Amino acid sequence: MSSGTPGHYLIRSERDLSGVRKLLRSQAQLAGLGTLELTKFVAAGSEIARNILKYADLDGASVTVSLIESKLQSGVRAVFVDLGPGIEDLDLALQDGYSTSGSLGIGLPGARRLCDEFSLESEPLKGTTVTLAKWRR
Amino acid sequence: MPHEIVPIIRVGENLLVSLQGDMDDEAVIRLEDQITREVERTRAKGTLIDVSGLAVVDSFIAQVIARIVAMVGLLGSEAVIVGIQPAVAITLVELGIGMEQIHTALNAGKGMELLKRLQT
Repeated sequence: MSSGTPGHYLIRSERDLSGVRKLLRSQAQLAGLGTLELTKFVAAGSEIARNILKYADLDGASVTVSLIESKLQSGVRAVFVDLGPGIEDLDLALQDGYSTSGSLGIGLPGARRLCDEFSLESEPLKGTTVTLAKWRR
Repeated sequence: MPHEIVPIIRVGENLLVSLQGDMDDEAVIRLEDQITREVERTRAKGTLIDVSGLAVVDSFIAQVIARIVAMVGLLGSEAVIVGIQPAVAITLVELGIGMEQIHTALNAGKGMELLKRLQT
């Protein structure tokens, strides 16, 4: 798997959300994703960025978006990193309707459904990394 | 004009609101204010909200649109969402947002027909 030119964006406030979405969109376009794949990818990334704004320490939170290629296909990947408190129970956090903040609880499970690849790594007090990937159909 | 987030035009006794591009959260929230003021000021019977130009709809934006529909309803105007793009419809359902309580129509023309039926 090789990466193209990555794009990087800091997530510091709600004002950064449209910048994050713009970056996700432009990289997805470069990867040649169709409208449906692109819309799903941008929406999934937007949900993850919102989670970061809601739960994480905003110092050092960012997303890196790059093109990805395997022998068979090409696509786009977004890696969201934050240095927040971490997620205590990953399985619970991935359940539909579970939320510690009183919100709808669809961010993580919804983003997982919208993407082809999804990984969630978290360490208490150190932070969380969410990786999303979408392949070109 | 601090309250003008989007153009709102009058079509007969109804309002047509067109949402465009990628709206940031602040703009989406201020939209609630702009639309409810305009409904009150014009005493519109119906309000069509055209989302066909909206680049992305995530859970927050979908929730605010649902809230606007509820607010417009409380003011006595029927709200109809029109122009949801197929990719947006699929994305919202996969996210787990059904928008079941909301009147929707394929486009502005169909939305106007629906408004007429709702108003009789």
